[in-house]
Amino acid sequence: MTIDVRDPVRPAPMLPPVDVAPLRRARLRATGVQAACVAVSLFMALPIVLIGLAAVSSRAALAEFPKPLVPSEFALDSLLSFLRATGTLPALGNSVLAGLYAVFWSLVVGAPAGYALARHAFRGKDAYQMFILLVRALPIVVLSVPLATMFLRLDVYDTVLAVTLVHTALALPTTVLITASIFVSVPADLEEAAQVFGCTRWQAARRVVVPLALPGLAASSIFTFVLSWNELLGATVVTLGHRTLPAQVLTSLAEASVAYRFAGGFALILPALLFIFVMRRYLLNLWGTTLR
Amino acid sequence: MAELILRDLAKTYPGASTRATDDVSLDVADGEFMVLLGPSGCGKTTLLRMVAGLELPDAGQIVIGGKDVTYLEPRRRNLSMVFQSYAVFPNKKVADNIGFGLRMRGVPADGVRRKVEWAADLLQLRPYLDRYPSRLSGGQRQRVAVARAIVMDADILLMDEPLSNLDALLRLNFRAELKKLVAELGTTTLYVTHDQVEALSLGDRVAVLRDGVLVQCGPPGAVYDEPADEFVGGFLGSPPMNFLTGTVCTDEGRPRVDFGGQSVPVPAALSSYHGKRLRLGIRPEAIQLGDGGGLRGELQVLEPLGASALLTTDVCGQTIKVQAPATFRAEPGRRLALRLPVDQCRWYDPETSLLLEVR
Ligand SMILES: Nc1ncnc2c1ncn2[C@@H]1O[C@H](COP(=O)(O)OP(=O)(O)OP(=O)(O)O)[C@@H](O)[C@H]1O
Ligand SMILES: [Mg+2]
Repeated sequence: MTIDVRDPVRPAPMLPPVDVAPLRRARLRATGVQAACVAVSLFMALPIVLIGLAAVSSRAALAEFPKPLVPSEFALDSLLSFLRATGTLPALGNSVLAGLYAVFWSLVVGAPAGYALARHAFRGKDAYQMFILLVRALPIVVLSVPLATMFLRLDVYDTVLAVTLVHTALALPTTVLITASIFVSVPADLEEAAQVFGCTRWQAARRVVVPLALPGLAASSIFTFVLSWNELLGATVVTLGHRTLPAQVLTSLAEASVAYRFAGGFALILPALLFIFVMRRYLLNLWGTTLR
Repeated sequence: MAELILRDLAKTYPGASTRATDDVSLDVADGEFMVLLGPSGCGKTTLLRMVAGLELPDAGQIVIGGKDVTYLEPRRRNLSMVFQSYAVFPNKKVADNIGFGLRMRGVPADGVRRKVEWAADLLQLRPYLDRYPSRLSGGQRQRVAVARAIVMDADILLMDEPLSNLDALLRLNFRAELKKLVAELGTTTLYVTHDQVEALSLGDRVAVLRDGVLVQCGPPGAVYDEPADEFVGGFLGSPPMNFLTGTVCTDEGRPRVDFGGQSVPVPAALSSYHGKRLRLGIRPEAIQLGDGGGLRGELQVLEPLGASALLTTDVCGQTIKVQAPATFRAEPGRRLALRLPVDQCRWYDPETSLLLEVR
C-alpha cells in the first residue's frame, strides 16, 4: 500500500512529458563507440587470423582463391617443417629467453628509477627524464656496432646475454617512465601507514606499493617483451650463430616457400600473443575498481 | 603506554615561506588524551606526522617514554596512527587491514584474528571483514583506519580527524564510544581535530594551534572559559565569544568602559588603561536578559535553534550575540536589557589581542 501524500485540495501541477531524447542520444553514442571498437579490433585481428589460417592450411589450399573462411583441410605439415628446420627451435628458445630476461632486468633496474622519479623531487629531475629518452633517439645501428665491439672484447658476443643487454637498454626508458607514472598514482600515505605499522621502507614498497602498481608493471613488461620479441637490428648485430627468432626467420626467408613464410609469421606472432594473454590478468585491476 | 614530550618543534616545508609549526612545545602525560585544535592549515597534521616520524623536524626534540625518538624511523617508535586520508590498503581485505600491524609484529594468526574481531565488533565492522575497501563507504573506511590503530596496543595513539567523515548522528555516538574506548585502553593519545565541540568533549586537555604556533593549552573548561587571546575565544564555542571595543573612563572614581553612550564597570586592576581602548569578551550564554542595568541592545535577528534561541543585538553599533531560552519571543527592533555578569567578562588588549589577567 502506498500513501498518497499529494494535497487533495490542490490538484497536481501539470508536468511536462518525460524527455527521452537525451537517453536516446546517449544510447546512439554508445552504439557508435561499440561499432568503432569492432572496426578497430577487426583491423588489428584480421591479418593475424589470416596468417594463422594460412599457417595451418595445406600447400594446395594456400593457392586457392577466394579463400574459404575455414580452411578446407587442416594441414600442420608447413608449420611442422618450419619448426623442424635447423635453427628454428633454438632461435625460438633464444627469443623467449631474451624477452623474459629483458622484462626481468628492465623491471629490476627501471622500476626503482621510476619510483624515485615518482616519489622524490631532486635537482635535475626534468633533465634526467629527458636524458633517459635520448637512448631511443639514437638509431639502433649507431648503438649496436660499438656494442658488438664491446661484447666481443668482453666475450659475451653471440649470446642471449648480449641480446638481453641490448633489449634491456632499449626498454629502460619506457619502463622508467611507465612505472614512474604508475607509482605516482599509488598514494604515498599508504606507504607511510605501512611504515607506521611496522614495515621498513623496503617492506612497505613490497607489500603495498608493488601490489598496487601491478597493472602498470604488467603493462610495462608487455611492452618490453614485445619490443624484445620484435627487435631485429640490434639482435642481428650482436649475434651470429645464436640468433633470435626474427633474425633467424629473416635469414632463411629469402630462399623459403610461401607456406614456410606463413608458418614463420605465425610462429612469430603466437608467443607474443601468449605473453600478452598471461599478463592481461594483471593489467585489469585486481581489487575491483581503480586505485583507492 | 608512555608520556610524550615535544620541545620547540620547528618545521618549514621545502619552498614554503612560513613555518608549518613554530617552536611547539607540549607535554602529554602518560594516559592523557590531548586534543590538538586549530583551523585548517595551522599545522596540526604536520605536528602529528613529526611525532610519527613521517616528517623530520628542522629543530627541536621528541621524547616518548623517556627515550629520544626525534629522528627514529616510524616503525621503531611503537605508536599507531589514524591517517586523515584513512590510508586503508586497497589491496587488502578489511580484516587484513585491521590485522596488518599485528602481523608485521609477528603475532600468531589466531591472536591476530581475535584482536581483529574484537575491534570489528567495537566499530561495527563485523559484516565487512571480508570486503575490499573499495566497496566500503567513506565512514566505514575511516572506521577501518581506527580499528587498525587501536588493535596495536601502542605506546602512543595518533589520530588525525578520525571522525570527520561520519554523519552527524554517527559522529555523536562514535565520539562517546571513542572516549570510553580510549579511557579503557589508557593509551596516551594525541588527537587532531578542527571541530571545537569534539575537542571540548574528548580532551583531557586541549591545545589550540594557530599558524603553527601553540596559542593555549589547558583543560577544556579553562580554554573555553578563559581564552588566552581573541583568536581562541572566537574559534571555540558556537556561536563564538562576543568582542566589544570601548574606551576606559572614570565615573565617580570607578573605572568603566564606554561603548559610545553606554558603559559597563571594569575591574579596578585595569584603571591603568584610563583613556585607552579595551576589548571586552563575553560568551553569548553568559549574557542575561534582564529588566534593567547593563547594556541596552536592539534586537535585530531571532534564530530559534531548538534547545535555545540565538539573538543578534546591536549595542551602539557593535553586534552582540545572546543565547536566550528557547521560549524567548520578541519582535526585531525591540530594545533588550543585557546584563553582563562581571565574573563572566574577559578583558583583552586591543593591540595584542591577549587576555588581561585581572585577579
Ligand atoms: N607536503 C607539504 N609541502 C609543503 N607544504 C605543506 C605540506 N603539507 C602541508 N603543508 C603546509 O603546511 C601548513 C600546515 O599544514 P597541515 O597539513 O599541518 O595543516 P592542518 O592543520 O593539518 O590542516 P587541516 O585541518 O586542513 O588538515 C599548511 O600551510 C600547508 O599548506
Ligand atoms: Mg590535517
